[in-house]
Amino acid sequence: MVELIWLVPALPLLGFFLLLLIGHKVGEPGSGWIATIAAGGSFLATLAVFVGLLGRDGHAGDRSYEFILFEWLPAGSLKVEAGFLVDPLSITMALFVTGVGSLIHLYSIGYMHGDPKFSKFFLYLNLFLFSMLMLVFGNNLVVTFLGWEGVGACSYFLISFWHQRESAARAGKKAFVTNRVGDWGFMIATFAIWSALGTVTYTEISNSPAMSAATGTAVSLLLFVAAAGKSAQLPLYVWLPDAMEGPTPVSAMVHAATMVTSGVYLLVRMNSVLTDDALLVIAVVGAATALFAALCAVAQHDIKKVLAYSTVSQLGYMFLAIGSGAYVAAIFHVITHAFFKALLFLGSGSVIHGMHDEQDMRKMGALRAVMPITAGTFIVGWLAIAGVPPFAGFWSKDEILLAAWEQKNIGPLLWFVGLVTALLTAYYMSRQVILVFFGKQNWEEDVHPHESSWTMTTPLCLLAGAAVVGGAINLPLVKDWLVLEHFLEPIFHHPHHFSSGTATKIALAVISVVAGLIGISIAILSWLTRRIPTDRLEPEFLENAMYVDATYARVVGGTGTSAFQKTADFDSSVVDGSVNGLGRLIMKFGQLIQPTQSGYMRNYAIGIAVGALAIIALLAWGLLL
Amino acid sequence: MEITTGWYLVLGAMLFVIGGTGLLIRRNPLVMLMCVELMLNGVNLSFVAMAQQLDDIGGQTVVFFVLVVAAAEVVVGLGLVVAILRRQPGATADDLSALKG
Amino acid sequence: MGSLQLVGFVGPSVNWWALLPQIILLGAALAVLLVSALAPQRASTVFTTVTTLCAALTSFVVALGLWSDVKADGPSSSIASAFGVDGFSIFFTVLILIGLATTALLSHGYLDREEMDPPEFHALLLCSAAGAIVMASANDLIVMFLGLEALSIGIYVMIAMHHRRSEARESAIKYFVLGAFSSAFLLYGIALTYGATGSTNLVHIRSYLDAVVFQDQHLLMAAMALLLVGLSFKVAAAPFHFWAPDVYQGAPSPVTGWMASIAKAAGFAALLRIFFAAFASHDVDWAPIVGALAVITLVIGSVMAILQTDIKRMLAFSSVSHAGYVLVAVHSASATGTSAALFYLFTYTLMVLGSFAIVGAMGPDDEHPLSRYTGLGRSRPVIAIGFTVLLLAQAGIPTTSGFIAKFQVIAAAVESESYFIAGVSMVTAVIGAFMYLRIVMAMYVVDEGEEGPRPIWHWTTSVVVLAAVGFTIIVGLVPQFLIEFARDAVPVLVRG
Repeated sequence: MVELIWLVPALPLLGFFLLLLIGHKVGEPGSGWIATIAAGGSFLATLAVFVGLLGRDGHAGDRSYEFILFEWLPAGSLKVEAGFLVDPLSITMALFVTGVGSLIHLYSIGYMHGDPKFSKFFLYLNLFLFSMLMLVFGNNLVVTFLGWEGVGACSYFLISFWHQRESAARAGKKAFVTNRVGDWGFMIATFAIWSALGTVTYTEISNSPAMSAATGTAVSLLLFVAAAGKSAQLPLYVWLPDAMEGPTPVSAMVHAATMVTSGVYLLVRMNSVLTDDALLVIAVVGAATALFAALCAVAQHDIKKVLAYSTVSQLGYMFLAIGSGAYVAAIFHVITHAFFKALLFLGSGSVIHGMHDEQDMRKMGALRAVMPITAGTFIVGWLAIAGVPPFAGFWSKDEILLAAWEQKNIGPLLWFVGLVTALLTAYYMSRQVILVFFGKQNWEEDVHPHESSWTMTTPLCLLAGAAVVGGAINLPLVKDWLVLEHFLEPIFHHPHHFSSGTATKIALAVISVVAGLIGISIAILSWLTRRIPTDRLEPEFLENAMYVDATYARVVGGTGTSAFQKTADFDSSVVDGSVNGLGRLIMKFGQLIQPTQSGYMRNYAIGIAVGALAIIALLAWGLLL
Repeated sequence: MEITTGWYLVLGAMLFVIGGTGLLIRRNPLVMLMCVELMLNGVNLSFVAMAQQLDDIGGQTVVFFVLVVAAAEVVVGLGLVVAILRRQPGATADDLSALKG
Repeated sequence: MGSLQLVGFVGPSVNWWALLPQIILLGAALAVLLVSALAPQRASTVFTTVTTLCAALTSFVVALGLWSDVKADGPSSSIASAFGVDGFSIFFTVLILIGLATTALLSHGYLDREEMDPPEFHALLLCSAAGAIVMASANDLIVMFLGLEALSIGIYVMIAMHHRRSEARESAIKYFVLGAFSSAFLLYGIALTYGATGSTNLVHIRSYLDAVVFQDQHLLMAAMALLLVGLSFKVAAAPFHFWAPDVYQGAPSPVTGWMASIAKAAGFAALLRIFFAAFASHDVDWAPIVGALAVITLVIGSVMAILQTDIKRMLAFSSVSHAGYVLVAVHSASATGTSAALFYLFTYTLMVLGSFAIVGAMGPDDEHPLSRYTGLGRSRPVIAIGFTVLLLAQAGIPTTSGFIAKFQVIAAAVESESYFIAGVSMVTAVIGAFMYLRIVMAMYVVDEGEEGPRPIWHWTTSVVVLAAVGFTIIVGLVPQFLIEFARDAVPVLVRG
C-alpha cells in the first residue's frame, strides 16, 4: 500500500484545481466540503501508506520507500529527481499534517460562514496542504525547497486574506523578507551539500561520509538559518505574531500546527550532517527563543497574540531538543504541540466568533457558561500546554527538559531556562483561561456570545481527545511503550539515549510539574482571586514585547522617530526597523550609484571607455603575473 | 627611416583614440557621428596594415565591408540627427537627457 | 580567400539550404516593402503581421529540417567555414524565430493604437531578425559584425519610428551613438584578433591558438578585451549597460521587448561562440574578467531596479541583472555553464516578451508609473495572474522556468568552484525579488472600492501572454526537453 503515496499530495492538488475551476460556482458551503473531502481523503491515503509501511520490517532498513516521478533537473553532474521519500519520519509528519489539517478544513466551513471569498479561502488551504506534503515527502532538498516556497507563498496569501492595502502590505512584506533570509540559507546549504557530498538526495546524504568539521558546521548553521526563518526563531521570529492577522483557522493550521514546524522537520531530516558545534548554537538559540517569547506572551491582551508568542516559545523548545540531540523529543513535541495548539487556536477562534470578532481578553470573562464545549476543550488545551500530567504536553515537554539537562556543555543552564519557560507558560495560559472563561463578565450587555456550530465544535472535541491521550505515543514509563522512538529510530545517525537514572528522571519531572503548578497558582491568585496586584506582573516593557521594535528600529537603522514610541503594536516598528533598515541600506547604495545614470550620452560613453580600459588593464595585469 | 607596419598600426590606434576622445567631449551630434567614423577608419587602417604584414588579402576585403556598414550607419544616424534638429533646432547631445535615473 | 586573379576564380561552395531561414526572412521583408509601395492603399496591419508570421513559420520549419540534418550528419559549416550549421546556431535560430513571431503578434495591436506604419516596422523587424540569426550562426568575426549591424540598424530605426514622441527620438540617438561607439570597439577587437592570429575565421583562430604556443600575447589580450567590450554593450552588462534603462524606457514597448530578448540573446550567442568556442584555450584569461563583469552587473542591475518607479525602467534594470546571471554561467567556461546560459536565455526570452506584451498593452508609452497597475488584480484578474507568473518567474520562484534557469546557472558556478559568484547571484536574486514583489503587490493590494485599470486589449496580446505563461510553467514543471535541447546546442567549431 506504500505505492499509494502519490495519492497523498495528489488529492489536495486535485481539490485545488477543482476549486479553481468551479469554486465560485459551487460557492458556500459546497467548496468547503470539496476541500475538506480532499484533505480527509489525503489523510486516509496517508493512513493506508502508514499501514503499508508498518507491514515492512523496521530493522532491515526496509521502511524507506522512494517513489520517483521523473528526472526533474539535470544540471551538470547534479541530478535532481522529482520523487517522494516514504519513511517513518515523513509518514509521522504527514499523518498529523493531514489529520490536523482535515479537522481545520472542517472547522473552517463553520468559521468562514458568510465570507464573500469563501471558496477562495479553501482553494488556498488545499494548495497549502499540497505544498506542505511536498515539503514533507520530497526525497531531496530541492523538492523540499519547492514545498518550502509553496507553503511560504500560501502563508502570505492567507495572512493578507482579510486585509486591505496597509496592514496586508506590512504583514506580507515582513513575512516575505524574513522568509527570504531563511530561503537564502536553504539554497546556499543545498549547493554547499551538493558540492561537498555530490548529492542532494536524503537517502544518499545520510549514507555519505561526514563532511569536514568546518564545512559541516557551516552547512548546519545555514540549515539552521533556513529553519529559523520558517520556524520563527530569534531573531527571525518577527513575522509570526503579525501573521495572526489572518483568519483563525489559518493561524491554527499554517502558523501553529504545520508550516512553522517545517524548520524542525528540516533539521531532523538532515540530522546526519549537523555537527556538535552547530547543535550547541541551535540549543542556545532555541532556549533563548523559548524564554523570550514566553516573556512576551505574559502581557498580551489580544487572545491570539498570546497564542502566537506561545507558539514561538514552544518552537523554541523544539529547537532546544534538536540542539540537545534529542530528535525524537523534538518530533514528539511537534506532534503534541500540533494537537494542543491547534485546539487552542480553534478554541480562540470559536470565542472570537461567538464574541462577534472581539479579540481583547479584557472584554471577555465568564464565557464558560455560554460556551461550554469551547470552554471545556480549551481547558484541556490549557492543561496540556501547561505541562500537567497526564496530558500530552507534559510528556513531550518533560522529555525535552530531560534532554536539555543532559546536554554536554551547558546542560543545567539550558534546563533551567526551559524550566522558567515552563513556569511562564503555565502562568500566561492560566491567565488567558481565567480572563476568557472565568472571573466576572466583562462584555457589554448588547454582546450575545453563543456556542459555535457543530462543524466547529467537532474538531475541537477531537483535538481535545488527542491533546489528552497524545502523549501515549511515546510514554517513557516502560521501554516498550516508546512507540515513536522505536518507529523513528532508523532515521537517525546517532540515536539519542538518555543516560540519567530513574531517580533523576523522576526528580526532574516532579520539578517541572511543580513549576507548572506554581505558574498556575500565581495566575489564579492574581487574576481569579485578585490577591496579587496584577499591574506589577505586567510591567510596561513586557507589554511592549521588551521594546524589541524600538531596539530593532534603532540598531538596524530605522527612522528613530518611532524608536521610543510606546506602541502596543510591536510589529509595525519591527517592519520599519528591520525591513526598511535592510532595504534602506540597499537603497542608500543604489542612490550612491544612481548619479551615474545621468541621462547624458557622454557619461555613458565614458562608462564604456573606462570599462574597456579596466578590462585591458586587468588582462595586462594577468599577463604580468 | 623605414616606415614599418608598426607605424601604421600606431597611426590607426591614434585615429581610434582621437575619434573616441572626440565622441566623449563633443556635444554636437553631427560631430559625434564624424568621430565614430574616425574610429572606424582607424580600424580600417589597422586592417589594411595587418593584411599587408600578413600578406593576406582577407584583411583588405574587410575594409570594404566596414565602409558599407559605416555608410549604412551614417544614413540612419543622419536621419536621426535631422529628425531631432528639426524639432529642437540647435539641440546638443546634452539637451537629450530627459530619460535618466 | 584566394588569389587576386579573377580568371578561373572559384567561389566557395554555398549550402543554400543552410541559409534559407535568413533568406526567407529577407524575402518577406522585401515583399512587405514592395506590396506596401505598390498597393493603392496603405498596407494593413493584418497583412504585415500575417506575412511576418508566415515567414517566421516557414523559416522555423526549415530550421527544424536543418536540426534533423545536424542530428544525423553532425555539425558542419558553409561558405568557406564562415557560417556554422550546428546545434548552437539552430538553437538560436529557433529562439529568434519564436521571438520574431511573438514580437510581430504583440506589436499588432500596438502599431494600430500608436498609429505607426506597419510595413516599415515589419520590414525592419524581419531584417533585424535575419541579422540576429547571422550573428548567432557566424563562424567568422566579420560575418558576425555584419549580422550585429543588421540587427542594430533595424533597431535604431524601429525605436525612432515613434516619431511624435521626443523620448523615442532621444532613446534612438542614444542607442545609435553609443551602439556605434561600442561597434567601433568590437571592430577594433576583430582587427587585433586578425593581427594576432592571421584570420578572422573562428575555426582558423581556434586551430591557430591550439597549435601555436608562443604568441604575441599582448595583442591577443587587447583583442579579447575589445571584443568583450563590444558584446557586453549589446547584452547590457555593467558598466556598459547605461544606455539600457533610458533606451528601454523611451522605445516603443514591442521594440523594447525585442531589444531585451533577442538582441541580448544574439549578443550572448556571439559571446559564447567567440569566447567559449574560439578562445577556449585562453579561458584562464577571459573567465575571471567575465566573472567580474557578472558580479558588477548583478549588483548594479538588482540594486538600481528597486530604486525605480517606472515599470519599463524596472524591467530594464532587471534585464541588466538577467544578463549578469547569464554571464555567471558563461564565466564557468564549461559545457554545463554554456548549456545553463542557453537554457536561461531561452526561458528568459519568453518571460520578457510576455512581460513587455502586457506593459505595451497597458497604455501609452509616455510613462509607465507603477500606479498604472494598481488594482489590476481586481479589474482584470486573468491578466494580473499572467503578469504575476511572468514576474515571479523572473524572480526565480520554484515551479516556473525562471527557477530552473537560475538553479542551473548557480549549479554551474558551484561546479566550477566559483562560490563567491554563486553567493552574489543568490543575494542579488533576493534583492531583485523585492522589485518584482512591488509590482505584484501593486496589482493585488488595493483598498475596498478602488477601481483598477481596464486597458484596451487586443486578442493577439492575449495569445502572446498565454503562450509565454504556459511555456514558463510547463518548463518549470518538466524542463527536460529544453535542457536536452540546450545541452545539444553547446557550440562547436567545424571546418567545411
